[in-house]
Amino acid sequence: MNIYINGTGCISPQETAQGGPLLATPREYEQVRLSTVDPDYKQWIDVKQIRRMSRVVKMGVGAANLSLEAAGVTTPDAIITGTAYGCLDDTGVFLTKMVNQQEEMLTPTAFIQSTHNTVAGQIALLLSCNGYNNTFVHRGFSFENALQDAIMILKEGSAKHILAGGVDEITNYSHALLSRFGLYKKAPVKTMEVLNSPSTGTIAGEGAAFFTLGITKDPGTVAELTGVSTLYKPLWEGEVIGHIMKFLEEHYCTPADIDLIVTGRNGDIDQDEIYEEVAAALFPDHAEACFKHLCGEYPTAAGFGVWMANGIIAEQAVPEAAEFYGKAPKKINKVLVYNHHQGTHHSLVLLTAC
Amino acid sequence: MSEKVWIAGGGVISGIGLDLKACLQSFRDMQPGMAAMQYLSSAHRGTFPVAEVKADNATLADMARMPEQISRTALLSMIAAREAWQSSGLGDISRYRVGFVSGNTVGGMDKTEDFFPEFLANPRGGRLHQVVHHECGSITELVADMLGIRHHVSTISTACSSGANALMYGSRLIRNNMVDVVIAGGTDALTRFTLNGFNTLMILDQQPCRPFDDTRTGLNLGEGAGYVVLVSDSLAAQLQPWCRLSGFANANDAYHQTASSPDGTGNYLAMKGALDMSGLQPQQIGYINLHGTGTQNNDVSEGIAINRLFAPHFPAMSSTKSFTGHTLGASGGIEAVFSALAVKEGIIYPNARFEHQMKELPFAPATSYSAGHDLQHVMSNSFGFGGNCSSLIFSRA
Repeated sequence: MNIYINGTGCISPQETAQGGPLLATPREYEQVRLSTVDPDYKQWIDVKQIRRMSRVVKMGVGAANLSLEAAGVTTPDAIITGTAYGCLDDTGVFLTKMVNQQEEMLTPTAFIQSTHNTVAGQIALLLSCNGYNNTFVHRGFSFENALQDAIMILKEGSAKHILAGGVDEITNYSHALLSRFGLYKKAPVKTMEVLNSPSTGTIAGEGAAFFTLGITKDPGTVAELTGVSTLYKPLWEGEVIGHIMKFLEEHYCTPADIDLIVTGRNGDIDQDEIYEEVAAALFPDHAEACFKHLCGEYPTAAGFGVWMANGIIAEQAVPEAAEFYGKAPKKINKVLVYNHHQGTHHSLVLLTAC
Repeated sequence: MSEKVWIAGGGVISGIGLDLKACLQSFRDMQPGMAAMQYLSSAHRGTFPVAEVKADNATLADMARMPEQISRTALLSMIAAREAWQSSGLGDISRYRVGFVSGNTVGGMDKTEDFFPEFLANPRGGRLHQVVHHECGSITELVADMLGIRHHVSTISTACSSGANALMYGSRLIRNNMVDVVIAGGTDALTRFTLNGFNTLMILDQQPCRPFDDTRTGLNLGEGAGYVVLVSDSLAAQLQPWCRLSGFANANDAYHQTASSPDGTGNYLAMKGALDMSGLQPQQIGYINLHGTGTQNNDVSEGIAINRLFAPHFPAMSSTKSFTGHTLGASGGIEAVFSALAVKEGIIYPNARFEHQMKELPFAPATSYSAGHDLQHVMSNSFGFGGNCSSLIFSRA
């Protein structure tokens, strides 16, 4: 059975929510913390509710709606989200008040909205969707697990349309803490220079990418979601290379069948080394596109990568801002998205033009 | 896709016992786990009874063979997951393609909330090792790494149904031939964050909770972990499985972020969906392990949904949360183990402190422990915030 991407929606530090040519006029930053470019959320959410919603909920609801609208689906049969950090802002608000007020006189709103399933629950509530509803919170696999769950359910035949996506937000607290862990660059780097910056550390990002998946192809559908795979804590580079080979075999193809690789390079010289190794071993002459200089690094950033890969298949061209190496062939049929998060969570998503 | 998925074993740590055997003894002895707070430090210590696991972190770390300073959520998870694996008789874990799918809602919040006062006073303050495992997924990985599981590691957080959804996803991983075995369930430690959160919702009972009793006024929080070992048909043939996970469904109430709809729409859809998947009629269910938190809202919604689906043939039912408290992300896992064991041993668990019939309902929960019943099919309900409702069905064959 083929699984089709019938609609996509993305809210990110780029102007991805407004349609138009793919990443034609990229926003250029010179900072280590990127924030989403917010669309007008009033088109989907009541003004009174917007005030109470945290950013992660708004961007999740927004991207979900964009993807459903693109697919022409009003109510999906299932809603599956992935979020590594969950609702950090409301968690921080409740935690701060709890500490400062010595556990007294607290109000419920922030607590209610702090649970990791708030985004999926709010989407269900706004769509009046009684279907299957799940939330994966597994670090750099959160988004991929949501796709895997969706694929398995679609293959069972009980659902026709599934909304699946990934979302994560940055807050002042989380950025302060992750910076203390040494994840980010010490000095700001320009967007188009991130991937070639000769230092460790990356730039922080956030965003939401949702996909309306279906078992039938719509007139506007450009790509099939051919496969998704995860690899946890590979012992060495060879295991990653072997895993990719096995994944391609499972989907009846070889590296030669791949027209473009989209990799999760994030500008950290240590973390990017594996992409070099993989490209040298399996894809030495392939064109490579990248995305994390545009959206920043976060555990569900692969969602942006898959969104971009789908857009590349639609336009049959790699936007200049995403080009990293070589030139993609005229006909872009198969795109492999290979991402890793912090060296421990590796994932593969294969898209095929249809 | 027709392959069956079996339960090859299970493990539980909860407020009524450090392992499954001890939990069972507490049911037999009618000894619920609620007491004054002993291990968690909170301003509400004297106000709300809780069902804590009766051991400090040093003791749990010894049992788990993990460092004492890591999150209690991981310690509880490790102890129950290892018990589950050992009970399965599968032996050396490296011989199989194994997945670990764990639900939790708090992650390492127990450490984060200790870290936060110093951090709020000074952004460079607080010791980073206390927040390194804050993420829910990090807790799962600590345990997966200890057990030597790498084929598939995942974490689910759907509030109080997290553990139940872990079983569904685990079952699908086996049916899709991604792994042969999955340790699936959930874990949660008691934290000030959740205690205060539930307190703001005004659904905590200051007395031991009374699920499905007309005088109920709220829930007691608990903590713990519970995992089953799911195995494929071919592996089950080499073992003596407890029972089969024959049906499951997950539905969303789509009514309110925290409250259940008055007619229990999500609850009904989850139970109905699970019955449909297992190909059963309602009257074939012999026992229901209720979600049964003891809040006004949950029990009436769940009860009305059961009435709509099962009338006039009501199975035996009870809320084991009257013993373990509400263990949130762990509850679906803990109650899955209790339910699977119920099929194996014909157990009907008691619902403690039930005295007054709910006026909205024509049925009452079981109030005493009994075993040796001929239970062919047992249902376990888990309903939660965000409208997340899940039901599982365990069958003898």
